[in-house]
Amino acid sequence: MGVEQPKTLGSGFITTSLDKLVNWSRASSLWPMTFGLACCAIEMMATGAARFDLDRMGVLFRASPRQADVIIVAGTVTKKMMPVLKTVYEQMPEPRYVIAMGACASSGGIFDTYSTVQGVDLEIPVDVYIPGCPPRPEGLLYGLMKLQEKIRAERNTFGAAIGVGEVIRS
Amino acid sequence: MSDQAIVDKLKGKFSSEVVDVVEFRGETTITVKKERIVDVCTFMRDQCGFNLLCDLCSVDYLGRSPRFMVVYNLYNITTKERIRLKAPVEEADARIDTVSGVWGTANWMERECWDLMGITFNDHPDPRRILMPADWEGHPLRKDYPVQGPDREPYQGRVS
Repeated sequence: MGVEQPKTLGSGFITTSLDKLVNWSRASSLWPMTFGLACCAIEMMATGAARFDLDRMGVLFRASPRQADVIIVAGTVTKKMMPVLKTVYEQMPEPRYVIAMGACASSGGIFDTYSTVQGVDLEIPVDVYIPGCPPRPEGLLYGLMKLQEKIRAERNTFGAAIGVGEVIRS
Repeated sequence: MSDQAIVDKLKGKFSSEVVDVVEFRGETTITVKKERIVDVCTFMRDQCGFNLLCDLCSVDYLGRSPRFMVVYNLYNITTKERIRLKAPVEEADARIDTVSGVWGTANWMERECWDLMGITFNDHPDPRRILMPADWEGHPLRKDYPVQGPDREPYQGRVS
């Protein structure tokens, strides 16, 4: 985290950079928009349920894109579904992130056909790809933790929030 | 009523329409000409009691003539009897009359059949696509449709 407790100021203070504060709050309350489309959605539900329990990481599923920070595309995206996915993605407030869960969302998977989008990254920017068909809940958890790592590594997030410059993503 | 009795009854009314009758493992399939399919289906419903159209689908026999076959799977709820009707459709004139006036359930099945196989149903009350996007071009379940879509290079097999 990088939050330091210097002894000189006593125990009532912490010092940190504003970017790190913003990144910490964003990474600690990743609210995903559920976008379950196929069998990956079952694993996503299992990840949210008692055994794996996403809530303990501050990850609470939201059914509205307006309240979501990250969209988990879980399953096969057909060409007929892609406009819906794009609309939902565009309805999410920034900063927004995308997790492509499973082989289908990442690359089309086994559905190398006329009706299937060969990876959602053809239409929307993807931050984390999770392999697997479907991935185990551990896979989704690891993907979410990778996304948290990515968010923590962003720079100038506070500046971008108050309108000074852009977020620098390494 | 046995399957043979149904066939005889249908032949008695539409002797010139019945092209072929095949029995295989207890399932009877009657091939009829497509011109009077609505009359044949109405007869099957009213006179033979087939009050449910289980499924309406089509087959693409690419390379054969006639190329398409529209298949009607009928069911008699009262006597639990099944029978299958088939009607050949030429590729050059890929159209057949709608039976959605006989069984209401044919409406969506015929839309699906047109959407995926490109067989037009004359006088259909709602001739829109049902599965593919509304602006889709082509009919993907035809055997000569590229499986990976018309805008992609076809898969040539693994290099190794």
